[in-house]
Amino acid sequence: MAKSPKATRVLPNQDHLTSNAFVTLEAAPAASRISLRASPRGAAAFAKNIGFDLPAKPSTSKSKSGVVALWLGPDEWMVFSESEPEKSLQPRRDHREYSATDISHRNTAYIVSGSGAQATLNSSCPRDLSQATFPVGACSRTILGKAEVILYRTGKEKFRVECWRSFAPYVWGLLVSGAQDANL
Amino acid sequence: MLLIHCPYCEADHPELEFANAGEAHIVRPREMSNMSDEDFEAMFFIRDNPKGVSLERWRHVHGCGRFFNALRHTVSDTFLKVYKAGEARPSNDEIAKLIK
Repeated sequence: MAKSPKATRVLPNQDHLTSNAFVTLEAAPAASRISLRASPRGAAAFAKNIGFDLPAKPSTSKSKSGVVALWLGPDEWMVFSESEPEKSLQPRRDHREYSATDISHRNTAYIVSGSGAQATLNSSCPRDLSQATFPVGACSRTILGKAEVILYRTGKEKFRVECWRSFAPYVWGLLVSGAQDANL
Repeated sequence: MLLIHCPYCEADHPELEFANAGEAHIVRPREMSNMSDEDFEAMFFIRDNPKGVSLERWRHVHGCGRFFNALRHTVSDTFLKVYKAGEARPSNDEIAKLIK
């Protein structure tokens, strides 16, 4: 039997990079991601696969050795890792009380950093992203313009913006125009 | 921008993240096939449209994704109370207190 060819994965935004004095926009490296829906018991069972408990408080995240878990809803999390993008985080065996779906290639991400990062995002996102309400480590699903995104604050002036890969050109356009006004 | 409190996220979030999902506390009967056409119409199609407090389902669709219930004043657009899906409908006395 002929050996089946291996498809080369291409990120929709791999050469996206721009910066000005206030903000840098860049495509995040490829990542392995799963969407997790779980009951409390299922969440505890899944935690054994990643080696740490999933965040239980709204809009918080937890991470350990490169694996990050974001709270999205009372029974929903996104777990991602950039360290081994080709290795799925999906557990080998199914479990009755959780559903882990590999969405590595459904999503793509941008990193927005710099003193104008918050202003850039707020040009098209209505959320209060001040440190008081959205501290480092906070995460949330929200909207950017008309696109649904997941925001994750990785530093005081650094955000990760996860979006569906088909929305990437739209999200990029919004971020670029937001960055132009970041110092106003 | 109107801020709506999500009982699952335990925070106020912008209205653009939410979607209205119609009137709350409408119970589907177990034996729908036994209903008269009039009863079915009343249950399925006829909705209150009050000038005042409206009991509504809302969904935090671009957030935690959860449905919840809310008491909203249709004139002032004020959210008087939000509560999780499955919790009991506030009594008329409680609603009257919230308006004051």
